[in-house]
Amino acid sequence: MSYPTQFRYTKDHEWIDAKGDAATVGITDYAQHELGDVVFVELPAVGTALITGKTFGSVESVKAVSEIYAPANGEVTEANSTLQNKPELINTDPHVTGWLVKIKLSNPAELNSLMDAAAYEAFIEEKKKEASA
Amino acid sequence: MESVASPEKIIPRKTPLNALHRRLGAKMVNFGGWDMPVEYPANGGLVAEHKAVRSGVGVFDVSHMGDICLHTKQRPGGALQAVQHLTMNDASKLAIGQAQYSAMLYPQGTFVDDVIVHRLGEDDYLLVINAGTREKDINWVRTNTASFDCVVEDLSDSFTQLAIQGPRAVDVLRKLTDVSLDSIKNYWFTHGTACGLRNILIARTGYTGEDGFEIYIPSDASTSESVWNQVIDAGREFGILPCGLGARNTLRLEAKMALYEHEISDTINVWEAGLNRYCKLDKGDFVGRSELAKLREQSLSRTLVGLEMVERGIARDGYRCLSETGEAIGYITSGSPSPTLGKNIALAYVPPAMSNLGTTICVEVRSQKCKAQVVATPFYKRIRKAIAS
Repeated sequence: MSYPTQFRYTKDHEWIDAKGDAATVGITDYAQHELGDVVFVELPAVGTALITGKTFGSVESVKAVSEIYAPANGEVTEANSTLQNKPELINTDPHVTGWLVKIKLSNPAELNSLMDAAAYEAFIEEKKKEASA
Repeated sequence: MESVASPEKIIPRKTPLNALHRRLGAKMVNFGGWDMPVEYPANGGLVAEHKAVRSGVGVFDVSHMGDICLHTKQRPGGALQAVQHLTMNDASKLAIGQAQYSAMLYPQGTFVDDVIVHRLGEDDYLLVINAGTREKDINWVRTNTASFDCVVEDLSDSFTQLAIQGPRAVDVLRKLTDVSLDSIKNYWFTHGTACGLRNILIARTGYTGEDGFEIYIPSDASTSESVWNQVIDAGREFGILPCGLGARNTLRLEAKMALYEHEISDTINVWEAGLNRYCKLDKGDFVGRSELAKLREQSLSRTLVGLEMVERGIARDGYRCLSETGEAIGYITSGSPSPTLGKNIALAYVPPAMSNLGTTICVEVRSQKCKAQVVATPFYKRIRKAIAS
């Protein structure tokens, strides 16, 4: 799966897609692979304030719980309620219909410090090398 | 005395099939000091593997398990006396070719490890032990049998152990051996030719709650890979999948089979773990017996129960159990979504007063209190086919 070039990426494997101060957040294809079959998603309520680098929810596979970290400061405007009944969308379509939350960014310029698609792909290549070493 | 404190990186041990697992794209984890496959995403991953075992067949590399043999040195019965002293079940009941679930205990009645005792011959026994406790177990066996008329042999590295599990396991193995599998009953074993290798131990045992076999083959990499591939090829028509420790764990949890450091440990005793029927106080003395006899007269402070989550949330190993009023009452030993039942299940230690079926118990899932209910166990029980005579 390719990594959309308009997204920005975190080292914790979240993606964020921003247009002005409106952004959508999800976890990357690499993250869903690492996690395995997603069976449960816990997301914040609308209005919750997100703080960069702090956990705001969790995604669980059969085997493990994975915290999700806010890629930027902002406020939740919508949580993906479809995931409650279809958490597997995170596995099958992590970059589109498997999105987690929509947020209103406090400071869109914050995203400049995140990785672009090329940098993220290089980052996960390193991760894969470490894992197979 | 001089000591050299060099920061030593602990390299996990590998089974002879390690390279093969990596070629298959398995996700690897460190389990009890072993580099083991947790799931094979390319073949569908954990849930697909779990379902393959429940409805068809799966194969697991369980070579990390340890194997300890005890042989009589001189006087007939010496090995049996040692096994009786070491383990809590009654090994005198075993016929040659029969196995039993048992455990080695500390004097206080808690667990050194759980084991499967196989009677290989008149005066020969094989104990199959856990991976993470290998060194501890072998030392324990040697120390505690020193005064007995028996020889202890650690054969852990001599065998590659494959578990072929599921209702079609018998059909897969039938293609690979001329041994009459139907005559091997549950928890019995035999030796025969399999996968072109002579004198292979074939046991009708497993850790999945399903019918299946465990075979013990020579541990060199080429033999191990050849046998693995023969099993996969023979199983193709039955939809066989390679299975990792992830599915092994969810399968054994559904069947309420104990996992060391979870349901049993050096601080949990036999009565608490509810393994009474494998503990034979009247068979004669054994390590742990006198303390267990005393404890038998006292009431338990905690007992192992099965839980099913009522509210949204997954109980995980180590989470706290609370009463409805928020008071800490126990903890989760193992918890997971159950692929077979489609529910979130768990095993937990709670006070006996909270152990009745239907009792509401809360599980602290991170910051939230999620309701669960005490349910009957095992969570899953296979329907046994009557064997046509």
